[in-house]
Amino acid sequence: MSTPLDPATVDDLRDVIRWAVAGNGDFEIAAGGTKRDFGRPVTAAYQLDLGKISGIGLYEPTELVLSAKAATPLSVIEEALMDEGQRLEFEPPDWSALLGTSPERATLGGVIACNLAGPRRIKAGAARDHVLGFEAVSGRGEVFKAGGRVVKNVTGFDLSKLMAGSFGTLAVMADITVKVMPMPETTATLTIVGLDGPTAVQAMTAALGSPNDVSAAAHLPADVARHSVVAAADGDAVTALRLEGLAVSVQARQAELERSLAGFGELGRLGPEESDSLWREVRDATPFAVVPDEQIWRLSVAPRSGAEVATAIGAEIGGRYFLDWGGGLVWLAIAPRPDAAHNEIRRAVDAAGGHATLIRASTEIRAQVPVFHPESAALAQLSARVKDAFDPRRVLNRGRMRPDL
Amino acid sequence: MKMPVPDAGVLARRAEIAAELQRILPPDAMGRRVIVETTELAPYESDGLTAYRQPPMIVVLPETAAEVGCVLRFCRDAGVKVVPRGAGTSLSGGALPLADGVLVAMGRFNRILDIDLHNRCVVAQPGVTNLAITESVRGRGFYYAPDPSSQIACTIGGNVAENSGGVHCLKYGLTTNNVLGVEMVLMSGEIVRLGGKHLDAGGLDLLGVVTGSEGLLGVITEVTVRILTKQATAQALLIGFPTLESAGSCVAAIIGAGIIPGGMEMMDKPATQAAEDFVHAGYPADAAALLIVELDGPAPEVTALVERVGRLATEVGATSIRASRDEAERLRFWAGRKAAFPAVGRISPDYYCMDGTIPRHRLPLVLGRIAEMSGRYGLRVANVFHAGDGNLHPLILYDANAAGELDKAEAFGSEILKLCVEVGGVLTGEHGVGVEKRDLMGVMFNDEDLNQQQRLKCAFDPDGLLNPGKVYPILHRCAELGRVHVHRGQTRFPDLPRF
Ligand SMILES: Cc1cc2nc3c(=O)[nH]c(=O)nc-3n(C[C@H](O)[C@H](O)[C@H](O)COP(=O)(O)OP(=O)(O)OC[C@H]3O[C@@H](n4cnc5c(N)ncnc54)[C@H](O)[C@@H]3O)c2cc1C
Repeated sequence: MSTPLDPATVDDLRDVIRWAVAGNGDFEIAAGGTKRDFGRPVTAAYQLDLGKISGIGLYEPTELVLSAKAATPLSVIEEALMDEGQRLEFEPPDWSALLGTSPERATLGGVIACNLAGPRRIKAGAARDHVLGFEAVSGRGEVFKAGGRVVKNVTGFDLSKLMAGSFGTLAVMADITVKVMPMPETTATLTIVGLDGPTAVQAMTAALGSPNDVSAAAHLPADVARHSVVAAADGDAVTALRLEGLAVSVQARQAELERSLAGFGELGRLGPEESDSLWREVRDATPFAVVPDEQIWRLSVAPRSGAEVATAIGAEIGGRYFLDWGGGLVWLAIAPRPDAAHNEIRRAVDAAGGHATLIRASTEIRAQVPVFHPESAALAQLSARVKDAFDPRRVLNRGRMRPDL
Repeated sequence: MKMPVPDAGVLARRAEIAAELQRILPPDAMGRRVIVETTELAPYESDGLTAYRQPPMIVVLPETAAEVGCVLRFCRDAGVKVVPRGAGTSLSGGALPLADGVLVAMGRFNRILDIDLHNRCVVAQPGVTNLAITESVRGRGFYYAPDPSSQIACTIGGNVAENSGGVHCLKYGLTTNNVLGVEMVLMSGEIVRLGGKHLDAGGLDLLGVVTGSEGLLGVITEVTVRILTKQATAQALLIGFPTLESAGSCVAAIIGAGIIPGGMEMMDKPATQAAEDFVHAGYPADAAALLIVELDGPAPEVTALVERVGRLATEVGATSIRASRDEAERLRFWAGRKAAFPAVGRISPDYYCMDGTIPRHRLPLVLGRIAEMSGRYGLRVANVFHAGDGNLHPLILYDANAAGELDKAEAFGSEILKLCVEVGGVLTGEHGVGVEKRDLMGVMFNDEDLNQQQRLKCAFDPDGLLNPGKVYPILHRCAELGRVHVHRGQTRFPDLPRF
């Protein structure tokens, strides 16, 4: 039995949103609830629980396509894919340890709504690049769909991209179609020990600028590497490069990379299992999950400036960092401050070009400090008009991204 | 096909509007930047979909974002429609001018602004051609992946507006997966930047919807694209099949085996023959279907995959398999495919290129039905197909000078596209809706779907002045679309407990 606030079908969902539109209150949208503490806190009258809108609808491995209801647990999807030797190429992260929630509950809708992608982002794209189509109910209480179930599709505006990363502020997705990809035959990771940040970025840039098809590139400074499975014996910094594919190909590329990177320092290799553990840590920011009080930021910048930005911020306010995406993603953990150092951090990011998102801080702080990077006036107004186009009465996740959205 | 009725008031003010535009865009060393003469407007009267022609009221040639901003703000205030134009190669009439509209030609935005190999990106003005971006980094081991067949001519701005594809999309993505940022001017004249050299937008992913928006949301004045490193080696296989079904099974077998080729293209017999007669690529004359499979990567990988794909092809009954022995031969294999459109142009006075996408496994059914339609309409058809991603390009052969043939070709084309939707596919895979498929949008979307898309347009262009008459069959006023329908008397959920 579903109560009004845990709809089981898209029609139920439409009815309950219409009821809200009629002036009866507003909603915080949750599926697994694992990312409720990501973004600004929502102070809505009701929580809309999508948990019952769940289940894989279509999975055609040779068509590389899967459709599932929005609240289908990621674990269910990943298991189905695994059985066919496939996976979600964007490497959806599991931030449950980081945010202190239950890992089994993460859903497809949640990961898409937050547009989360892991280390393979640099090669395979973000979550948004893998959404082919969806059905949703807008904040106007209307059911609509966009996209389709094929990869090549330019019919109408690409609303799938807009849904990804809208944090449930525009419409509630009920059904999502994603692209899936074959799992590689093997994975290997090349490590370089003992580099400082700027040199590590140089090494990663050299690797990513070579034809060796590196699928992930991260740098863990010594104080972060210490918490990792790859902890170098002497507790030194580790720079890691991942190769995936056919065994013959991985071997060839590994040899080639080793030749070209030999000048940077001491090289090592991780086998498939160690490699998987390391990239899971990087993906989930596990080294930062261990110290529960720290405030955590995620900065997206031009890859070449990652280490500089991190070092500049470190010099000003302290804290620890590590780099993913070849330097383009800076994970930052700082001792808690009432302002989460947002001015200092954003100033450094603005100078380099990019954006900074506050991933973990107390509810009070996330209510006061802009969690998402402030936009120029023209862009902020445009985003507000886009919100109006989907949810003019502000019944869906009001305040999640910005107080006025 | 009907376009919005020209606004008589605007047409009456044409001279006045031109004078104001001349003040914004004074002539310079390269000549006039506001074109009003009938003879000079003629070259702009159509895009790649030449069946439709309409000279614009005025053409302007701005060269900075600030100038575009002034033009758009003036047009907004004066209630004048605007159509952006890149190279005019659109195959769906997206750049078709309006009789009462200003055509903003982006040809002067022709500079590459920044080649940043460390950050693996290129920043270019929108009028730079697709190929020029690849050329600018080729010597350094990089390239820009999306490669539409029109790449020597089409512009990167047009590519972003159409979300263009190419033969390498299956592995390397469409334009949307390769654009990092844009600078764009809104109808209000405001300039906004979306994305940059970093990954992902900070707020709502407006970059994602602007890409593929067919010039309906804003005028793009700068584009940042990611560039990829060139693979060490590439080898192509030319595989002949006795039936379309066996070629289809081969495609499914390759993907089922976890292989994502760099390119996988299929041609039917008429397309193969036309291409072979034109470029002598060495295509097998007897095959009912020809598959070109390109494998790229480090040499040992390519060797292993060529062997595997060859084996899979044999298992499903391929009648001939050839692997390219050197770069020249690989390029020759591709030459026929790349010249398929002009090759078909040689065997027919005119051809009409369709662009639906279908789930791959429906290919035999769809091609069977197309053959049946071909008989019914009495028009020949040649099929070229991005087999890897299910994107079909049936080329309908007709003669525009024969009475009624264009109408017949269009009816045939609509029937093909409806069939694509019926089997779970879409109306257009890469060429865009434009004016061509506008009136078919209802086949794929219902009113609520289309209204929601148009509401998004209202957020960017509340007066509906940017490229109207394209993509959406019925234009609603934004005020009407914005109205919220409150379903009162909704008593199903009384007094739920609040937080
Ligand atoms: C022979 C041939 C082969 C082709 N092959 C392919 C192919 O393989 N794959 C493929 O995807 N397409 C292909 N096309 C279609 C076409 O080349 C693409 O759609 C291309 O991206 C259009 O670019 P353009 O510069 O010519 O744009 P135009 O035709 O000038 O304009 C296309 C659309 O973009 C808008 N626009 C242009 N510039 C801007 C701007 N700066 N800001 C905002 N809006 C703008 C226009 O308003 C219009 O709606 C082919 C076309 C031809 C003629």
